[in-house]
Amino acid sequence: MTFLRSILFFILLIQLFFVKSNGIDEEFTEELLLKPLPDRKVLAHFHFDTKTPPTKTYGHHHRLFPKAIYQLVQKFRIREMELSFTQGRWNYERWGAFDSMSSSNAKPPGVELWAVFDVPPHQVDANWKNLTQTLSGLFCASINFLESSTAYSAPAWGFRTFSGKLRYGALPREAVCTENLTPWLKLLPCRDKAGLASILDRPSIYKGFYHSQRLRLLSNEFSLDASAEAPGIVLEQTLTVVLQPHSHDTRSIYSDGRLLHPSWSISSIFGRAVAGKCVLANLSTIYVELESGVVSALNNLNVDLETGGHGADDMGSEGSWSNPGFELSVKPERVIKEVNSSHGKSFSILYEYSVDKYGDNEPFDLGFIWKLPMAWSCLHSPFHASRFLMGSGNQRGSIAISLRSTGSSSEGFIGGGDFFGDVCKVRVDIFQVVPWYVKVYFHTLQVYVDGKPELLKDILEKMHVSPSEDKVSPGVMEMVLRFPCSVKSAAVVIDFDKGFLHIDEYPPDANQGFDIPSAVISFPDFEPRMHFLDENSSSKSPMLLKLQEKNPVISYTEVLLVPLATPDFSMPYNVITITCTVFALYFGSLLNALRRRVGEEERFFKSKAANQTRLLPRLLAKLRGKQQEPTQSTSSSSLGRKLTLKIVLVAGVAIGWHYYTDYQSS
Amino acid sequence: MAKMKWYWYWVSTSIIFRLILIYFPNNLNLSSRPEVATPLTSLRRLAEGYWLKQSSISPYSGSMYHGSPLLLAILGPLTVIRFEGQPEHIACSLLFVIADLITAILIRATGQKLHLSYKRSLKSLNVTKLLETSEILSAGDIAALIYLWNPLTIVTCVGMSTSPVENLMIVLSLYGACSRLAPLAAFGWVLASHLSLYPAILIIPVIFLLGYGPDTPPKKLFRQQKSESNGNDLVIQNRFSWRPVVHFILWASFWTVYVLVLCSIYLKQYGGLSEMFKRTHGFILTLEDLSPNIGVLWYFFAEVFDFFRDFFLIVFHVNILFMLLPLAIRLYHRPCFLAFIYIAISSMLKSYPSVGDSALYLALLGWFVYELAEMQFSFFLFCGYVGVTLLSPVMHNLWIWRGTGNANFYYATAMAYACLQIILVVESVSAMLQHDRMLRKQSTT
Repeated sequence: MTFLRSILFFILLIQLFFVKSNGIDEEFTEELLLKPLPDRKVLAHFHFDTKTPPTKTYGHHHRLFPKAIYQLVQKFRIREMELSFTQGRWNYERWGAFDSMSSSNAKPPGVELWAVFDVPPHQVDANWKNLTQTLSGLFCASINFLESSTAYSAPAWGFRTFSGKLRYGALPREAVCTENLTPWLKLLPCRDKAGLASILDRPSIYKGFYHSQRLRLLSNEFSLDASAEAPGIVLEQTLTVVLQPHSHDTRSIYSDGRLLHPSWSISSIFGRAVAGKCVLANLSTIYVELESGVVSALNNLNVDLETGGHGADDMGSEGSWSNPGFELSVKPERVIKEVNSSHGKSFSILYEYSVDKYGDNEPFDLGFIWKLPMAWSCLHSPFHASRFLMGSGNQRGSIAISLRSTGSSSEGFIGGGDFFGDVCKVRVDIFQVVPWYVKVYFHTLQVYVDGKPELLKDILEKMHVSPSEDKVSPGVMEMVLRFPCSVKSAAVVIDFDKGFLHIDEYPPDANQGFDIPSAVISFPDFEPRMHFLDENSSSKSPMLLKLQEKNPVISYTEVLLVPLATPDFSMPYNVITITCTVFALYFGSLLNALRRRVGEEERFFKSKAANQTRLLPRLLAKLRGKQQEPTQSTSSSSLGRKLTLKIVLVAGVAIGWHYYTDYQSS
Repeated sequence: MAKMKWYWYWVSTSIIFRLILIYFPNNLNLSSRPEVATPLTSLRRLAEGYWLKQSSISPYSGSMYHGSPLLLAILGPLTVIRFEGQPEHIACSLLFVIADLITAILIRATGQKLHLSYKRSLKSLNVTKLLETSEILSAGDIAALIYLWNPLTIVTCVGMSTSPVENLMIVLSLYGACSRLAPLAAFGWVLASHLSLYPAILIIPVIFLLGYGPDTPPKKLFRQQKSESNGNDLVIQNRFSWRPVVHFILWASFWTVYVLVLCSIYLKQYGGLSEMFKRTHGFILTLEDLSPNIGVLWYFFAEVFDFFRDFFLIVFHVNILFMLLPLAIRLYHRPCFLAFIYIAISSMLKSYPSVGDSALYLALLGWFVYELAEMQFSFFLFCGYVGVTLLSPVMHNLWIWRGTGNANFYYATAMAYACLQIILVVESVSAMLQHDRMLRKQSTT
């Protein structure tokens, strides 16, 4: 027995060795990016990346890659999928809108899910439905509401370009909390027991202004061109939080009225310090990013100080971690500078720390101390997009998407905009899904440029509409607009009628209103990316690679809350009975009017005179709804007898039936 | 001649009044009133359907348009025509005014025919006492003026709804049948049923009209008269003539095929006729849209449990059909009155009623002013109609716009309106039967 066992063990060892020697192996990296924001907040972006080689070469068993996700990919043949849980709204004006961080990590409130399947087009819907159910169980969220065909849509090209195999759904009202985070953390090899995830203290995360947990899957398991260099399945998990560090410094207000940004450290914002890396992680790094705005502000500061006689490092050339503006409590291992910024003259800087050498005894706690008040602004997208409702009442309204040009980047237009002849034009893509109870009149679409209505054909380059079907599918609107670069503001307005639902279709809090999911507004002409010096380490880090990817600028608009008229929920029985009574009244009285004949009437009047005194026969006659012959006094007794006979008969039948059914059931 | 002048004066003022109202900005917001524009008749939905068709999407996709493809082909291009300085949809508005005018003219012509036959039958029954009152004003003139000056008709005409066209088709069919023009009757009947399904039940009065001729007192009376006088001087024939009926059926089948072919050509790429029937007549029968209107069914089906939905759908639609036979048996000698009752019943029980339907049957009521002079509750009914038309917008405003009332407020006015219509139908039927009884008494004594 022991011999057999040892042989088995040996075989296993050999197998492991061969797999190892294959060169490709599962990989897990954990990274954290910290970034001070202009409005005295701190952005923390966790990036966990798990990779597994294709099943063909590697087999079905994994050391690191979560089994649940692997089975998900295999079962539903997912090519790409993204699921995000978000609470709060990304503030595009203050936290940035023109970098890959915001365009890939800023998500609409609630749940957003999209997936691309590698199946024939007619199976896509079935796979989507099963996927939503599975994810719902996996993440303890009501993603299963996306199963209904009224909740998801199949954008043609407006969202991402995957012909016919993409499904998109959003649940704007989904409340996101720890029960969604815990299953998400369980997908990590070290869970939240070790490594960077261990600092994810629930109260401090959910206290923040914005948090978005994202799960993105990329697989080429089923694609035909398996020669692509990408590995089998990549699971990318990110968590983006915006937190407000507490400032204990009472002297933070300077004489010139400027506020000193609150200083922070990892332990002050998360409540605990990093106690070493996750031992399974290939890479465990923390970055502190200073965006170009801060860097140029620091440069100005340095120039001021230099002219004042102080000798200080030039930020632009050195990227010092301790300078007149701020100080980092730990010396960075490496300073990565952006080399070829597409925007402006200044560059952003990344300070890199490796968590490898820290452990339980010596936890890593990075502090960021501001010394002088600083003011900078983040990079704006060419237009600031917002969406709002117009009109009052519960019958109709209009949805307006307003685009306000951010003056700061007007020079960016010339770089980014396309030229048509001599005219520079900016392309704006709008993708919007409206639920069926918001009945959009597409022929009322109007575009206003600088407050003046414009002809649609001058602005609208391309449009795809799939109108909503009542109780079947939502309406989808995909548009490509081209505005002249000189435009200050633009608005797209479309009218709608509000629908009326069946009493069962209203949610429990019907008077709160219904949510219209965010519209996605993208600017494909602008693809901001960061360029870093091509060093080995930076190319190894998945997060830095992600930051260097080319992505169009995307912003999500607000979720709209549409109040709908409600019926009286307590009334179904009353309505049914009253309406049926009226119909019975109609039927009975009309039939009565038709049935009545003259002779009968004369008889009726005669009988009325005769029947004046007798109460019981009249009552009985009324009960039976029939005119009674005013004959002898015996008639009443005979009628009573007949009636009792009938009642006895009916009762007898009922009792017999009762016993029969009882007998049957026993 | 003076009478004629007076009549045309009122007709032209009603037309001018409509034109003035059309020029009010935004159509006085009438086009979005649920009382005026139902999902079936709203011109805004028609414009949306036309837009979808122009962007090569099926006009029926999107649960917006539920009307006929023919209307789309005719009215669709008119919705996009804009004249400088003129209000939107001016072309459609003018079309509706013309439709209203033609309807009024046809109502008058039919009414005059009815009046003529009424006088003739009274003469033949030797009931000359009644003739004196009916000389004052022709019933046709009264009906036409009621139609033109009824506020409900005016609101429908100005409020961008296609019901004037539907009403025109119904009246056309009745006129054709009254003047024994089988092709015209068939054309009106086929188009009216194609546009709104419910006028299909008018086939019974139309066949009676073609077979027996316009309204007369019961045949029994003439036979009595005949036996009493022993003379053959009666001109009124009481035999059913099959010839025009067969003509009507042939023409009806021809027009049906013609309309269906036109529709299928128009909808060739968009699912064809099955899609059309599903989206128009299917939409009427299944009552998918639960937006409020002056009927009671929307609230009923918004509240009723899903389990019973099909059952009640069948019950309410069969309710219309149930009364057809008893009414036809009892009133076969008065086909025009039968048509009036059918129109009133269907406008009461239809899925998406609008005031345009009531405008039609209230005008047709004018045909029978002399017969129904003895009608009970007529003052109460008049007050009721006025009250409901005033209260219904108020309740709708309270519920939808202000949010201070709830759905029951509006439902209550709809309920009151349904009750009023029931009383009108029942009372007019009994008044007509009473009138026949009275004629019998007068002719025998």
